[in-house]
Amino acid sequence: MTLQAVLLVAAALFSVGLYGALSQQVIVMVMMGLELMLNGVILAVGAFWWFLAPAPDGQVLLLIVIAAMTVEMAMGFAVATLLHRSRGSDMTDSATDLSG
Amino acid sequence: MLIDILFWALAVVAVASGATVFAVDSMARATYALAISFIAVGIMLVIVGLEYIGIITILMMVMEMAIMVVYMVMYMGMNPALMPMDMTHNKRGSAVLAVGTFVLLAAGALLIPWPARVGAPAADLTASLGHAIMGPKMLAMLTISPVLFATIIAGLVIANPRGRYDRWGDDLKRRPPTDPMRGGLGR
Repeated sequence: MTLQAVLLVAAALFSVGLYGALSQQVIVMVMMGLELMLNGVILAVGAFWWFLAPAPDGQVLLLIVIAAMTVEMAMGFAVATLLHRSRGSDMTDSATDLSG
Repeated sequence: MLIDILFWALAVVAVASGATVFAVDSMARATYALAISFIAVGIMLVIVGLEYIGIITILMMVMEMAIMVVYMVMYMGMNPALMPMDMTHNKRGSAVLAVGTFVLLAAGALLIPWPARVGAPAADLTASLGHAIMGPKMLAMLTISPVLFATIIAGLVIANPRGRYDRWGDDLKRRPPTDPMRGGLGR
């Protein structure tokens, strides 16, 4: 197990999540793509912490990433709830009011 | 050697289950596949000594995925596993961007001359994290606290039925033309 190997796995997770976030129409599925991207970020930060600088700072950074995931999920569900109530749909294509 | 085998097995599980999320028809299966991916990453964190972070990642994401299943069932209105339909757009462009991102990140991971490790992990990692949170990193935690509180308030304001944002149209001053129910903000 090397830093490069872990970073490759993290890059794969990030890329799969990016594909999902860009290609899915259902908002909750888009959120799942974002979560998968953050999953890759968590793994990469853990690898940097272990292989480069095993100080407590890296662990604190991981806690912040996990908190960011919590915020992302809470706000995503709130927006999905609002969209579903006002438009009867939870698809991203029904929320393109701001598109140029 | 055993650690290497375990790491690669977990890596395959994490990436494969992550890809499964966007391949299966059933929303419940997709959610559970994402939970498996998070569990695999959590175990990988435990392998590198981050027991506390790895365990809370596993516990938090399993609970989060359980909630996500409920939201999926609530909002989908039908079961895609029973009525298969394509709910994607721009799959080709998304795949190209994802592959390009992976190539870029993988090239960076393999080509950058990473520096040697500086320092050594503390004897008790969880205790060192606790000391950091309650000591030099307290400002970061004090910043996260109001962010999480603001998230709670914002989530409630946005999702609140018959609240400020639950209206027809974009005119904030327009009154609802016919409102069979009394109550709500300004009604």
